[in-house]
Amino acid sequence: MGPDVTAPRSADAPESTFVVDFSGFNGPLDLLLSLIRDDQLDIYDIPVARICDQFLVRMRQLQLNEAAEYLEMASRLIRIKAQMLLPRKDGAEAWDDPRAELVRRLLEYQQVREVVDVLERLGEDRRNRFGRSYLAQPAAPPPAPLALSLADLLVAVDRVLRAARRPTMHDVVPRALDVDGTMDTVRAILRLRAHARWRDIVRDEAEPWEVLSALLALLELAKRTEVHLTQPRPFADVEIRRELAGEAA
Amino acid sequence: MNSLAKLLEAALFASPRPIATDELAALDPEASPAAVQSALDELREHYDVDGHAVELVDVGGGWQILTRPEYTEAIERAQLAIRPTRLSGAALETLAIIAYRQPIGRAEIGEIRGVDVGAVLKGLHERGLIDVVGRSEALGRPLLYGTTSRFLEQFALRHLGELPRVDELAIALRAAEMPVAAAVAASAPTSP
Repeated sequence: MGPDVTAPRSADAPESTFVVDFSGFNGPLDLLLSLIRDDQLDIYDIPVARICDQFLVRMRQLQLNEAAEYLEMASRLIRIKAQMLLPRKDGAEAWDDPRAELVRRLLEYQQVREVVDVLERLGEDRRNRFGRSYLAQPAAPPPAPLALSLADLLVAVDRVLRAARRPTMHDVVPRALDVDGTMDTVRAILRLRAHARWRDIVRDEAEPWEVLSALLALLELAKRTEVHLTQPRPFADVEIRRELAGEAA
Repeated sequence: MNSLAKLLEAALFASPRPIATDELAALDPEASPAAVQSALDELREHYDVDGHAVELVDVGGGWQILTRPEYTEAIERAQLAIRPTRLSGAALETLAIIAYRQPIGRAEIGEIRGVDVGAVLKGLHERGLIDVVGRSEALGRPLLYGTTSRFLEQFALRHLGELPRVDELAIALRAAEMPVAAAVAASAPTSP
């Protein structure tokens, strides 16, 4: 693009550089072809100077001065125009017509236009017929309703459970007995008073392990001669006394 | 109508898209291809001769029941169905080039049309009329485009071979290195 395109424009010119082509032409080749057709010119022998001038005039009229593709075509035409002015060498046979490439492109483009006419006709014909759901694309069919028996469901649940990772279970096993703890308790009680009874050590709602712990603790303390155990008669309360000797030891 | 023709009619009525002949044949495993073809002929004749407002059309590689053009305006006025928007000149030019020169890349199309076609290609792709069919070996490995079965359907073509051959056009395309007619013929019979 030349400096004209990016140069600041006057106040009445559109501010945006975004070019919208309202010209009705599908590009520079279309415009060029229409100029040639309007003047009923021979496409194989285009008077380049004349066409070039007309092209530039139409560009201005249609305000296409900023469209890069039209500018490119304009510059191409000007170049060909200049080349046509160069003196030819002797022997016209050897002369490379500078218009050759342009002519080839115009012919090719003209052919495209011809196919467009065919497509336009075919498309219009088809447009005028409606098929079923032609415009609205059909949605995917809804999933079929579930038809399951209880057995199917159970099998599915079983499959899921088997597939699921087995959770790691930790079994927290309480220490069966707390002999040492109970021994400390007995010692603490006997430090406060000279003697105690079984009921002072084992509360009424005691769990079996507490009862067993207390029994073993007392036997252990007796063995270590820390306490002295007496039972006046069978099934009577056990009397627990501090054993002075043991304490001293 | 025989029972096969009725079965085909039901399938064609139910389907929102054209159904290929072999798809129709699959409806009745007993039916021979000849029987399917004659059933289709019978159905078409039924619509044509008995004066129906719909007709059976072979389009886009398949069969479709379509309304006749004389009812289009009334249907559209009542807003029961709307015709697809017309393609712009730029879109038609691009489509024409792709139809004849596929597989073809954006740069080559732009060179023939004399304008950049990026936006137009995007629009055509969105409408399902063209699709990417490969990549060129050229620098940058640009995408190559081709037409789709939707294209055939929208232009009521059975196959690409129904487009005018290049030598039938008033002006022959630069003949030489790209035998366009051959390319079209080669891609013609491929079903979508």
